[in-house]
Amino acid sequence: MRYLADVGTLAAKDLRLELRSRDTVPAMLLFVVATLVVFNFALPAGASAEAAYGLLWAALVFTAILGLTRAFAAEREQRVLEGLVLAPSDRSAIWLGKAIAVVAFLALAEVVALPAFALFFEPVSWELVAAVALATIGFAAVGTLLAAMAAASRARELLLPLLFLPLVIPIVVGGVGASIADDPGRYLGFLALYDLIFAILSWASFEYVVTE
Amino acid sequence: MGISLAFYWVPDAPIEGFRQRIFYIHVPIALTAYACFFWAAWKALRLLWTRDERYDLESYTAVHMGVIFGILTLVTGSIWARTSWGVWWTWSERQLVLFLVLFLFYSAYFMLRFSVEPGPRRARMSAVYALFGVVLIPVSFLAIRLAEGLIHPVVFDRDVGENLAGSQLLTFVICLAGTLALAGSLYLNELTGKRLDARLAELREALS
Repeated sequence: MRYLADVGTLAAKDLRLELRSRDTVPAMLLFVVATLVVFNFALPAGASAEAAYGLLWAALVFTAILGLTRAFAAEREQRVLEGLVLAPSDRSAIWLGKAIAVVAFLALAEVVALPAFALFFEPVSWELVAAVALATIGFAAVGTLLAAMAAASRARELLLPLLFLPLVIPIVVGGVGASIADDPGRYLGFLALYDLIFAILSWASFEYVVTE
Repeated sequence: MGISLAFYWVPDAPIEGFRQRIFYIHVPIALTAYACFFWAAWKALRLLWTRDERYDLESYTAVHMGVIFGILTLVTGSIWARTSWGVWWTWSERQLVLFLVLFLFYSAYFMLRFSVEPGPRRARMSAVYALFGVVLIPVSFLAIRLAEGLIHPVVFDRDVGENLAGSQLLTFVICLAGTLALAGSLYLNELTGKRLDARLAELREALS
C-alpha cells in the first residue's frame, strides 16, 4: 500500500507542477495542432484517407517525444532525481508516478488532437480512440524509461528521439492498423500486448537505469 | 578463423541458379546477427544480476558484432533483392524491414553509450537497453507481419523453396557454422583488444 501511496504522491507532484507552470501541455497542444496543419500541406491533393490516418500517428509520436523531453527536465535541473532515488521507496515507483503523469499530459494533448483531426481530415472511430489510449500507455511506459536514460546523458534532447523511435515502431503499426484495417481488433490486441510487455519490462528495469 | 573462411567459400558449388547462392551467405549472416544480439542481452542480464563489470564489455562487444552483421544482412539482402526482383529495397521483405528496425535500435545503443560518462551507470543503462532490444525482436516481427496487410501488397513471391534438400541443407549448415565461427572469433578478438585497452588505461592512471 505504501508503494501505491508513493506512486500517487509522485504523480500528483508532477501534475501540480504542470498546473502551476503550464509549460509542457500547452506546448504539446499547440504542437500537435500545428503539425496537423502542416500535414494538410504535406498531403498531396487526392491523397487517401489512409494516408491521413498514418500522418495522425506520426503527429502523435512526435508530440509524445516533445512531452517526454520535458519529463525529467525539472528533476534534472533541480537535481531532484538523486533525492528521489535516495528516498526509502521502491525506485520503480518513480517510474510509475512519472508514467502516469505523462499519460495525463498526452491524454490532454490527444483530447485536442483527435477532434482537430476529425475536423481537418477524417472521422475518428471508437477503435481509433481505443488505439490512441493504448498507444499512450505504450508511449508513456517506454518513454519514461528512455527519458530517464537520456536525462543522464550529455546529449539529452538529441538522444531521446533516437532511442524512442525504433522502440515505438510497433505502436505505430498497431495504431495505424486499428485506424484503417478491416478488423481493428487484432491491432488493438497487439497494442495491448506491447503495452503489457514493455510496461512490465520498464517497471522492472527502471531501478537499474536511475541508480548510480 | 581461416578454416571458417575456407568452409565458407568451399560449399559454393552451384546447385541451382547462381543467384540463389547468396541465400547461403545472407541467411547465416542474419542468424548470426540475431545470435549476437541474444548473446549481448544474456551478458546484459548477467551484468544486472551480478553487478560484475566485466559483462559490460562483453555485452557491448556483442552488440557491436551484431550491428556489423546486421549491416551485412541489409547489404546482402539488398543484393539478393536486386538480383531476384530487380529492386534494391522492398518493404514487403520481412527480414529486411525487421533488420532495419533493429539496426536503428542498436545504432542508438552506441549513441547512448557515447553520450554517458563511463562507469557503472553507463554499464547498467546499456544493459537495460540491450535487453529491450531482444524483447523488441519478436514484438517487431509481429508488428511487421501485421503491417504487411496495411502498407504494400506482397507482390514478390519468394523464389527460394522452403524445403532444403540434402546437399543444400549440408551447405547451409556449413555456412552457418562458418559464419558463427567468424563472428565468434571476431568477438573474442575485439573483446581482448578492448580489455587490453582498459587495462592499459588503468595502469596509466595508477602510474600518474
